[in-house]
Amino acid sequence: MNSKTVTNVMLAFYMAIFFGFLFGPLIVMGVSAFNTSTYPQVYPIEGFTLLWFEKLLNDRDMVYGLKNSLWIGMWVVVLSVPLGLAGAMMMSQIYSKARSFYYVIVVSPVLTPGVIIGISTVVFWGDLTTTTNSRFLYHGLFMTVLGQSSFISAYCMLMFMSRLNKFDRAQEEAGLDLGASQTQVFFHILLPFLRPAIFSSAVLAFLSSFENYNTTTFAILADKTLTTVLAGRVRQGTTPAISALAVLIIAVTVVGAIIYEIVKRREDRERQARLDAAHAAELRELESIEKATHHA
Amino acid sequence: MLSSAGHPFIFILPFIAIVIFWVMAKFEPKPVGVTQKSFFERNGVPVAIYLIVAVTFWSLFMIVLPQLFMVEMSFRPKLPQIEIGGPKDLYTFENYHYFIYGSTTISDAINWVHIKAFFLTIFASLLIAIFNLALCYPLAFYMAQVAPAARVRFFLLLLIAPYWVNEILRAFALRIMLSSNGLINKILIGSGVVDQPVDFIGNDIALYAGLGYAYMLLMIFSLYNTIETLDHAQIEAARDLGAPWWHIHTFIVIPFIKPGVASGCTLVFMLSAGSLAAPLVLSGPRSLWFTPIVYDRFNQAFNWPQGAAYALILLIACVTFVLFVLRLGRLSLGEIAK
Repeated sequence: MNSKTVTNVMLAFYMAIFFGFLFGPLIVMGVSAFNTSTYPQVYPIEGFTLLWFEKLLNDRDMVYGLKNSLWIGMWVVVLSVPLGLAGAMMMSQIYSKARSFYYVIVVSPVLTPGVIIGISTVVFWGDLTTTTNSRFLYHGLFMTVLGQSSFISAYCMLMFMSRLNKFDRAQEEAGLDLGASQTQVFFHILLPFLRPAIFSSAVLAFLSSFENYNTTTFAILADKTLTTVLAGRVRQGTTPAISALAVLIIAVTVVGAIIYEIVKRREDRERQARLDAAHAAELRELESIEKATHHA
Repeated sequence: MLSSAGHPFIFILPFIAIVIFWVMAKFEPKPVGVTQKSFFERNGVPVAIYLIVAVTFWSLFMIVLPQLFMVEMSFRPKLPQIEIGGPKDLYTFENYHYFIYGSTTISDAINWVHIKAFFLTIFASLLIAIFNLALCYPLAFYMAQVAPAARVRFFLLLLIAPYWVNEILRAFALRIMLSSNGLINKILIGSGVVDQPVDFIGNDIALYAGLGYAYMLLMIFSLYNTIETLDHAQIEAARDLGAPWWHIHTFIVIPFIKPGVASGCTLVFMLSAGSLAAPLVLSGPRSLWFTPIVYDRFNQAFNWPQGAAYALILLIACVTFVLFVLRLGRLSLGEIAK
């Protein structure tokens, strides 16, 4: 046995452990959702059932929480994507001596524990709405959207920053030279250029919001989202209905991931086609120039 | 000092900072002969207004002011609603006093439960970060330097897939595996390794495994992203010069990927120390973790100022850790938050 085979065996062993740790629990949970046993288990299999799914759909709190989660997720997308874009655009324009200060402030929510973001949001809006007599703003859904957006906007900003780095200012100059106003440049040149980043940051924002627990559990006050209902259920005891929910979420996300992949591939293909067309046109032009010089 | 005077002062604070920077920018000598466009000219008025409004709202009303208000609240006494703003509403250290002594006034006994939980949380989070680093490094290196592109894409998909599942559900999945009549115990008993089920949840093994499991992905990606930028020729050169494999890792790869290691460890540490879901689902009745204690200050003791003080203690510990890692690796914050 040479050293290469030894390395390969060790690598395979390590991979098995790694991916076993990663997927083992999820597979066990997935199987337990279809087992008749009232305790979620894979062994022994007592029988196949869909009862746990039925139980889940009849769980009013879960369905109510799901609606809230979707609602919050939508508003987080609506708020975080424009905030992240503004944050990224401001980064290159802000007064140079304030830049590192600004950077630390807007990136800090990424590193702050979610619990603390939730607490501080509630404390601040609690005080502000009391002193300004606008108590109606002291609302669980409202504060959850704000609390979550404070760090999700930072995620979006980081994505926009990496996309803006690739932006060629010459495009903007060209637009201006051709008589476009700055506002037109923003809407007709910059935003189309940023479209892939807008799309991915919206997806990321929604998913981060949907699965958030640490910030939400404080900011939501007495209201509920799917994750807070779920946390309550898990604490009460283990039932296969929770596994059933996990199976549903996995199914939905797998479908979502496939759609995301298809859309992205199609965009890549279209971009490639455009690039090819531009390249071909350039070649034709060069050829015609060459011909013209030959004739002369 | 009467604490009701504090609010307007704190509210104005960030605006003062902005004005100072604005004045500094105004009085800065401009390079001669270069005509600079103003902010409004450069962006167009509508976009400029959008940028200013969005960034001000986000950075002040969603980030800075909430944090400042939380800090301020931690120095307030717990009072019934009507006495807030009254003569008893004075700034105080009693909430921090409580953390150390278990009472707001008496300093006889030490509040061991909370202090122990705090240090255990910090220490365990540190170990989890190191453990994750050790577990993820080989895979990250394999993906970034050895594996062919198609296989890397496949691995990335495999790695991301579990993270679409909610954090609580992931913790729940581990709970099913590790509970006393879970699969692991059945295998251990069935194969005769033990004759009593091992109490993974009671002795916190489940909790640590759950935290490691929850944030593995961030470590993998931090490492993968930096290892990928290492030129493979460097490794080849070292190998040609006869360096053994562990020399290549200790003297070439690891010094090069220091920012990735720092960012991976910081992220895992921060998220573990601030995690609430995993401790709620995976801890036993005697487990100690600091975030559930903070949570209980609010939801069971209904003592918000004390909760704010506890949250601040956690935040300071985390910030200190980040600064320490930055110093250790001679890095800037920008390299970590990538």
